[in-house]
Amino acid sequence: MDVSARDLDVLAALGDGLPLCRHPYAELGAGIGMDEGEIIDRLTRLRQAGVIRRFGIIVRHHELGYRANAMVVWDVPDDQVAEIGQRLGRCPEVTLCYRRPRRLPDWPYNLFTMIHGKDRPAVEAAIALMAGREGVGHLPHQPLFSLRRFKQCGARYGQPRQAAE
Amino acid sequence: MDAIDRRLLDDYQHDLPLSSDPFNEIGEHLGISADEVIARLHHLRQGGAVSRVGAVVKPGTAGASTLAAMAVPPVWLERVAALVSGYAEVNHNYQREHRLNLWFVVAAVNREAVGMVLDDISRRTGLEVLDLPMQQDFHIDLGFGLQWT
Repeated sequence: MDVSARDLDVLAALGDGLPLCRHPYAELGAGIGMDEGEIIDRLTRLRQAGVIRRFGIIVRHHELGYRANAMVVWDVPDDQVAEIGQRLGRCPEVTLCYRRPRRLPDWPYNLFTMIHGKDRPAVEAAIALMAGREGVGHLPHQPLFSLRRFKQCGARYGQPRQAAE
Repeated sequence: MDAIDRRLLDDYQHDLPLSSDPFNEIGEHLGISADEVIARLHHLRQGGAVSRVGAVVKPGTAGASTLAAMAVPPVWLERVAALVSGYAEVNHNYQREHRLNLWFVVAAVNREAVGMVLDDISRRTGLEVLDLPMQQDFHIDLGFGLQWT
């Protein structure tokens, strides 16, 4: 679907989260000059079209006891990356699975998977289990464990820095 | 966190009701009042378990974003991390265990605006910024299944 400027206004207004009150869509709309019905219609369409992948409570893994996470990066031959990506993207251990470009010579990895666990050994065990089950353990891969979180919030797509002339 | 909080977190990560009074609908499902749902969400947010109630947007459909990485000399890491976190366009910023030790996500209205942020960070720090935009999304997003035991 085409995402209009009005849709982007709604998503931008949602950046800090839905107001926690009895009529949150009316409240959200009041800030950007839309009525409740328009907000609900736009969000319903964006959700149905898959532009919004999830709409609801966004949890923080760390605070819920999932204190370890690793971004596991894989160097997959280009002609296999789509098939292997789809396979890893369905694994219950994986919370994100993206193909990204290599940046040779510094960065040879082209498939990124995110794995959360209660602690580091749990994440290491999950990676080993998944690699064995999916038959990908032979591919060069590396877990980049998170050591510190400096910032975590919702994306703010915002507006162009300069208005059109 | 009690059984009702856990049901709230288990059942409403994907589809919050899109109706005029959604917390009332949730309350009916959980057997509590709308005001109690709202109070519990406030409490969970204050405690940090909930980041927000909102939308996870498919990458690349609304605006543009990228994952960026930098190899920051360890003695500068905190200062560079603070500089990076200072951009409103940066929404995640982590230290990771690698020579490339600072990883962050930049989201903006379009690709050009993302590039401006990366260039600005590179110019201000004198360090190279690796730009790793998503090319394909393979994940089937089922939210996060929490194991409560």
